[in-house]
Amino acid sequence: MIKSKIRKYHAASWDEPLVMDLSQPGRRGAMAPEIEGEIASTVGDPTSLVPSALRRKDAPVLPEMSEFEVQRHYLHLSQQTLGMMGISLFGTCTMKYNPRLNERLVYSPFVAEMHPHQDPATMQGILEIIYRFDEILRDLSGLDKFVFQAGGGADAAYTMATITRAYHASRGELAQRDEIITTAQAHPCNPATAAAAGFKVITLPLEADGYPSLEALKSVVSERTAALMVNNPDDIGIYNPNIKEWVKVVHDAGGLCFYDHANFNGVMTRIRAADLGFDACMYMLHKTFGGLKSGGGPAVGAFGCNKKLIPFLAGPYVDKNAEGEYYLKEGLEGSVGRVREFFGNVPVVIRAYSWTRAMGIDGLRDAANISVLANNYMEKRLLAIKGVTKGLPEHTKRRLEMTRYSLGELTADTGVTVVDVQNRMTDYGVDAFWLSHEPWFIPEPFTPEAGELWSIEDLDYWIDVLEVVCEEARKDPQLVKTAPHNQVVHKQGSANLDDPKNWATTYRAYKRKHG
Amino acid sequence: MASSNSHLPSPHPFMANTAPASYKELLRVAEVTDIEEVFEQIPDDHRFKGEWKVPKALKSEAALSKHLTSILRKNISAADHISFLGAGCWQHYVPAICDEMVTRTEFSTNVWGTPSSDHGRNQVWFEFSSQLGELVGMEFVGLPLYSYGTAAGHALRMAARINGRNRVVLPASLDPERAKVIQTYCGYKELNGHLEITYVKFDPSTGRLDLADLKSALGNDVAAVYFENPNYFGALESEAAEISRLAHEVGAEVVVGVDPISLGIVAAPSQYGADIIVGTTQTLGVHMNAGGGVGGFIATRDEEKYAREYPTLQVSLTATTEPGEMAFGLTLFHQSSYGSREEGKDWTGNSVYLWAVANATYMSLMGPQGFVDVGNSIIARASYAAKKIDDIKGVKVLWKDGFFKEFVVNFDKTEKSVKKINKKLLKHGIFGGKDLSDDFPQLGESALYCVTEVHSLEDIDTLVEALEEVTA
Repeated sequence: MIKSKIRKYHAASWDEPLVMDLSQPGRRGAMAPEIEGEIASTVGDPTSLVPSALRRKDAPVLPEMSEFEVQRHYLHLSQQTLGMMGISLFGTCTMKYNPRLNERLVYSPFVAEMHPHQDPATMQGILEIIYRFDEILRDLSGLDKFVFQAGGGADAAYTMATITRAYHASRGELAQRDEIITTAQAHPCNPATAAAAGFKVITLPLEADGYPSLEALKSVVSERTAALMVNNPDDIGIYNPNIKEWVKVVHDAGGLCFYDHANFNGVMTRIRAADLGFDACMYMLHKTFGGLKSGGGPAVGAFGCNKKLIPFLAGPYVDKNAEGEYYLKEGLEGSVGRVREFFGNVPVVIRAYSWTRAMGIDGLRDAANISVLANNYMEKRLLAIKGVTKGLPEHTKRRLEMTRYSLGELTADTGVTVVDVQNRMTDYGVDAFWLSHEPWFIPEPFTPEAGELWSIEDLDYWIDVLEVVCEEARKDPQLVKTAPHNQVVHKQGSANLDDPKNWATTYRAYKRKHG
Repeated sequence: MASSNSHLPSPHPFMANTAPASYKELLRVAEVTDIEEVFEQIPDDHRFKGEWKVPKALKSEAALSKHLTSILRKNISAADHISFLGAGCWQHYVPAICDEMVTRTEFSTNVWGTPSSDHGRNQVWFEFSSQLGELVGMEFVGLPLYSYGTAAGHALRMAARINGRNRVVLPASLDPERAKVIQTYCGYKELNGHLEITYVKFDPSTGRLDLADLKSALGNDVAAVYFENPNYFGALESEAAEISRLAHEVGAEVVVGVDPISLGIVAAPSQYGADIIVGTTQTLGVHMNAGGGVGGFIATRDEEKYAREYPTLQVSLTATTEPGEMAFGLTLFHQSSYGSREEGKDWTGNSVYLWAVANATYMSLMGPQGFVDVGNSIIARASYAAKKIDDIKGVKVLWKDGFFKEFVVNFDKTEKSVKKINKKLLKHGIFGGKDLSDDFPQLGESALYCVTEVHSLEDIDTLVEALEEVTA
């Protein structure tokens, strides 16, 4: 039953040309500081300072525009981006409010204009915030140290893969331990980074109750096991109640255990990685802790570990000396070196610290409660819509912060797919929902995540729009299949972009191929 | 069992449903009496029962702002002092419009929409790739990577997948920070996909790659030769074409690292034989952010051999279902780890896509002449600074010609350590150059100085005066 007033939405559409097509010869958008006379007279013609073999002969073909023209162009493009201006319940990404205060702070010179090689005496402010946040995450996880070098969750998984190498190499067992175990429901970054680090990947399939069996794990654990990399809960809100036994089985075989805590929002303040036995875990500061998504980073995968793994951590990381001064510590002797330059996306850590301080421990508890409660609220309403079914119905316990649904019935009835529905929902100002990671094990999947941000009215509007679109699919399937109609542009054409004749990642390539 | 009112949340500005009526409505519809019911999956013995140390909430923005500002004010930034630090993270002028765009909420808070609802953002990404492609002279450009070093690491692995070889040749002059990242990407010999590294010496008389040593390092097992322009010491590898020729002679891929802000005046690597170009994106309109501004890219010719090995995501210009309307779609998604898990080409994830917005804006603002002007401004200022510093008694610039932005200053004859000199410079309000004495002991007491368009004549003269005083 529809509860909301459905808005007459239309996206902004400027029909904005490519910036390269806005160029007019001779226009200037920015000037470099003029070279002072004394410099010029001392060094002569700057061109002569570049070795002749390396002088650029042809000017790059870049736009020539006035400053305002550039500003207006990119503002138009921002307006042609729905962003979170509608309602975004993008599953696994834990859409949150990103406090504007944080932007004001991190774009101030005392963050933006800091250099990573400065004398630590001049960096006490940022080092203190990083250290204080490390302490907060230690408390929330029970682990012993957090570092922030990894530029996202996948980079934190890669960090684990590299630490796994170093740990087993230090014991002379690396040649033997060349397998990493994960599950079909683990985020793709776990198997992918394990493989990139040189390990063989073993992926456990799910049973009907939503997680692999303990027996399946036992059957693959051996003296070749280097590590286990898992999410829990996974991205369908299912918690593996045997996780402590899992960790024990892997530890008994000599492997390490990594907890991909991408889906931490619903369980924060209830469980701690260390209490479950994990050696290491990862939190997404750009998701769970209120940093920005930024359309895909800069992000931070905060990597935490127990004392056993501290010797292997990549440097530099923040520590505090006996005098209470903060400093950057190079990794210890067994350090994996670096997974990325410097000590992390500092502005994201500052945002996360700020968000966590604004929330406090009670706020974190409330956020977890609301996000799980809101998911259960959505479930009641969504399952009342004809054509929506719940994935893994055999698992009857209440889901945590996400539930995966299927539009398979609707597709069978109408031919309208989940992607068509996703496109049509944007016509009502609702941001795309998330479908599922590959491979799909539920037909026509979608996975909303309510989180703690969105009001009950926002959730209702989202659900109502889905219901409206499902009704449209039955009455006028073509309307949905040809959607969107109120968006910036229509849906993508049928050209196969995996064909070299079609793909063009630059305008120059496009013009060569398509005239 | 506790009543539904036993744990009402406390109203909070970030959470609409902390309002009692909203929360109770959620409970009612979800048929929940006690909030613990929705956590029924979590066994009791998994739960934390201790006391938390996380501090109580600072719900007032005024209070929070005061708290954060009081800590952050302890910093002294490169805006307070004059900084000559570079070494992988460089101070350039960031146009105000770049900051405006990256702080636009539509760009900064979002994740993924549909191609139609994210059309504007995807167009920015395409414009990023297109403009960067013009600077480096390549037609296939992926979306950004985490950093210069990670881009180089991935590119070397691409090269190894292309030719099936397993040794890479790197310059010994490499930035130690970047070198450590690349070493991580090259893996361990006990495991799959390991790349053996051979380092090539630099010529102590020029700071550039030693070609004789390069020749002895080459062989038919070399997957890739990697070098940078400018290199870590700021030196321009003027024999770049010859390096590429030698590498190609043994069938190796040529991977070149570049600082794109130099490319208004320095030749694009595609002009001297590069097959895969990587580099930083931080210099194109992104603040240093204590190292949190770094970003990287990979660019190649638009050939399947390369395109099908990219680990990144990339957007392609194409058409919508309407004639004449542009669309931007992902190309070659399936080969990414999102599409193929461990069978994908290396791995990808969140990157630094917001910085692509700053980079695109920066390149559009600068235009062709802006890059020439900023390049000239940098090289002239750096050369002036080098000349003046070299005139100081006991202080020597090691390689006086053919550098861009950075140069190595040696203090051996002053009998003072770089560490000591930098401590003293700090008292003059100056961040001295990056100390090289630990990483490159063969250079003695040397520091890497960075001078860009942000350094005025007065700034440089202030440095020279201070150096005269502290080295005397």
